[in-house]
Amino acid sequence: MSDNSHDPSQMTGAAMIVRALIDHGVKHIFGYPGGAVLPIYDEIFQQSEVEHILVRHEQGAGHAAEGYARSTGKPGVVLVTSGPGATNMVTPLTDALMDSIPLVCITGQVPTHLIGNDAFQECDTVGITRPCTKHNWLVRDVNDLAKVLHEAFYVASTGRPGPVVVDVPKDVQFATGTYHPPRKSDVHISYAPRVKGDAGQIRKAVALLASAKRPVIYSGGGVINSGVEASKLLRELVEVTGFPITSTLMGLGAYPASGKSWLGMLGMHGTYEANMAMHDCDVMLCVGARFDDRITGRTDAFSPGSKKIHIDIDPSSINKNIRVDIPIIGDVGNVLGDLLQVFKAEAKKPDIKPWWQEIAKWRARNSLSYKKNSDVILPQYAIQRLFELTRGRDTYITTEVGQHQMWAAQFFGFEEPHRWMTSGGLGTMGYGLPAALGVQVAHPDSLVIDIGGDASVQMTMQEMSTAVQHELPIKVFILNNQYMGMVRQWQQLLHGNRLSHSYSEALPDFVKLAEAYGAVGIRAIKPGDLDGAIKEMISVKRPVLFDCRVAALENCFPMIPSGKAHNEMLLPAEANDEATAAAFAGGKALV
Amino acid sequence: MNQPASAYFMEERRDPVESHTLSILVQNEPGVLARVIGLFSGRGYNIESLTVSETESKKHVSRITIVTTGTPMVIEQIKHQLDRMIPVYRVVDMTLTGRSIERELAMVKVRGGGDNRVEALRLADAFRARVIDATTESFVFEITGNSAKISQFIDLMRPLGLVEVSRTGVAAIGRGPEGM
Ligand SMILES: Cc1ncc(C[n+]2csc(CCOP(=O)(O)OP(=O)(O)O)c2C)c(N)n1
Ligand SMILES: [Mg+2]
Repeated sequence: MSDNSHDPSQMTGAAMIVRALIDHGVKHIFGYPGGAVLPIYDEIFQQSEVEHILVRHEQGAGHAAEGYARSTGKPGVVLVTSGPGATNMVTPLTDALMDSIPLVCITGQVPTHLIGNDAFQECDTVGITRPCTKHNWLVRDVNDLAKVLHEAFYVASTGRPGPVVVDVPKDVQFATGTYHPPRKSDVHISYAPRVKGDAGQIRKAVALLASAKRPVIYSGGGVINSGVEASKLLRELVEVTGFPITSTLMGLGAYPASGKSWLGMLGMHGTYEANMAMHDCDVMLCVGARFDDRITGRTDAFSPGSKKIHIDIDPSSINKNIRVDIPIIGDVGNVLGDLLQVFKAEAKKPDIKPWWQEIAKWRARNSLSYKKNSDVILPQYAIQRLFELTRGRDTYITTEVGQHQMWAAQFFGFEEPHRWMTSGGLGTMGYGLPAALGVQVAHPDSLVIDIGGDASVQMTMQEMSTAVQHELPIKVFILNNQYMGMVRQWQQLLHGNRLSHSYSEALPDFVKLAEAYGAVGIRAIKPGDLDGAIKEMISVKRPVLFDCRVAALENCFPMIPSGKAHNEMLLPAEANDEATAAAFAGGKALV
Repeated sequence: MNQPASAYFMEERRDPVESHTLSILVQNEPGVLARVIGLFSGRGYNIESLTVSETESKKHVSRITIVTTGTPMVIEQIKHQLDRMIPVYRVVDMTLTGRSIERELAMVKVRGGGDNRVEALRLADAFRARVIDATTESFVFEITGNSAKISQFIDLMRPLGLVEVSRTGVAAIGRGPEGM
């Protein structure tokens, strides 16, 4: 790489970066070149171990790396230039921070002597990204670079995972210094995430679980992040205890949707049975979730009668929104392993038959029902067909943000973890398409589908060009309702149906757009066309934009209106105009 | 429940607000103070007082003392949020330990003559404030003590010709032989 053949540890900063990637087992990076990273691009050019995927916008690189990370459990790596390259990364970094996705982002910076001078393409990258990273570094000395890079990988992928930024001035990339492989002393001694749960707390938790009459397990993205083993243990726990289980948006797939104890997703657009079970339970076991406001509804009426156990690797997640009785700080997989062992040794399955009978009644309300229609494709139906026709295949799903995202969560059944990539915490429109690219890079032979909305996909549509260039056969399945449907729904429910700027005016012809990119365009307009079109999409071995024309004014139910408790859900069958008005009455006065 | 139409639940919390003094040991590296302060501004926490200085130069360890206010749940959040920062070694809630000493230093400039000048000197003596600068028409007093004592002294100086005050903010340390 550089000409220091006499001492292999001597190399340029740019060479160190590529070397560190190799040492951390990185096979793919997502990036976009520019003046402040040219030395690194020069190193990339001269090797073949790390493959670089050229995107069309840095945000695309960030979300692609997120998709890569979430579908593999390994950190996603991004390389962007200074100034606008770095600022374009702010959205994916924030997204990754909110959803605990490990990302290592390397940014170029102007030469050290120009920092602070408003030099060309200078920005205060560490200042801008400080609140949207788990940690970040500006490396001013090439001899610190190896240590910082190794620490960056460690910090991103241990404890509660998250994004990190390493900002490397151009003179540091050119300078020669000493490289060393990863070693323990690279990491701050002040950073020591707790992995093992407290044995006393675990015992207490087991005793509480064993005494439960109306228990529920509420799992989240932390189970996915903890690794495949954690999902196995969660499944075993459900088996051993016989408890019902629900999950957040981020946790789908940890427990299989076909499992008999599955209640469906909980929260604002969760199922009636999941939310009622949360509300009426006497013991709640929260595993790797964080009592977010989309989950709890009004906190003063959240599960009022339950004792709560909370397993989380991040102490700051405990007692943030909801007071819990037994916090257990540690890695989900590790704690579940210990908890299971104690449960098996000291407790037995409590009899909760009456509770299951109650749950059966809630289930019978059929909260995900919708009226069938043979003239227009209903979005729920489209997802159901997509699910049925991809069943048994090696499929990964990403989404954009909006109604389609919720319908995907409700109607696509996930059987395995790491198969579902969505922007939960930040709710970033434009996430799904580039995320699908990242997933496809990691799983070249799998079927990768972005379930999108007509508005969202336009935010990162340029990445279709990336898909075509790198022969990544992603399928962008657009539920085209010609609206920012989720915005329209809120305007209908809360703002007197004044549809202010939520109509998708001047939509492109997605089929022609696909063709313009050199991809394949498919359109389905009638329910009768849908299956054939989906089959065609699956069989095409190229990137596809699928324009699925769906009913324009369909609303996403069930729903917990804001300011309401879990037991005040609005169900689809009851969501006529009066009931809807009544449910939102609290807000009406001030509309 | 009357709230504006919103996708968020507007909730008021009425838990009582408490004042806590936190001692934070950090790795003294570029940006560490910005991280700590950014956490407070970014998450809407209060800073009543902040002091920071390197305390172990060999190990590059600095000690930050922050006086903050919030409900008990917010105070707990603040501590956890601080603790999970990579360069933070330890966070101790000095108020919760109940065994800490807090001191602040202030320099207080007073200008005037005649009886006011005499009265200022007399009060300074009573508060054990030292004169560290004097002219024929002014004094600068140095006073240490807890924040309440200093505030009281400043209030007394106000009618006597108070010009300006410079306060260091609170430093805190635990009683007894143990370190934090
Ligand atoms: C970057 C960004 N801007 C704005 C929003 C607010 N927002 C949430 S959903 C939505 C509409 C999405 O429309 P579409 O992609 O067509 O999905 P649909 O709801 O119609 O299924 C908007 C604007 C957002 N989540 N992200
Ligand atoms: Mg739409």
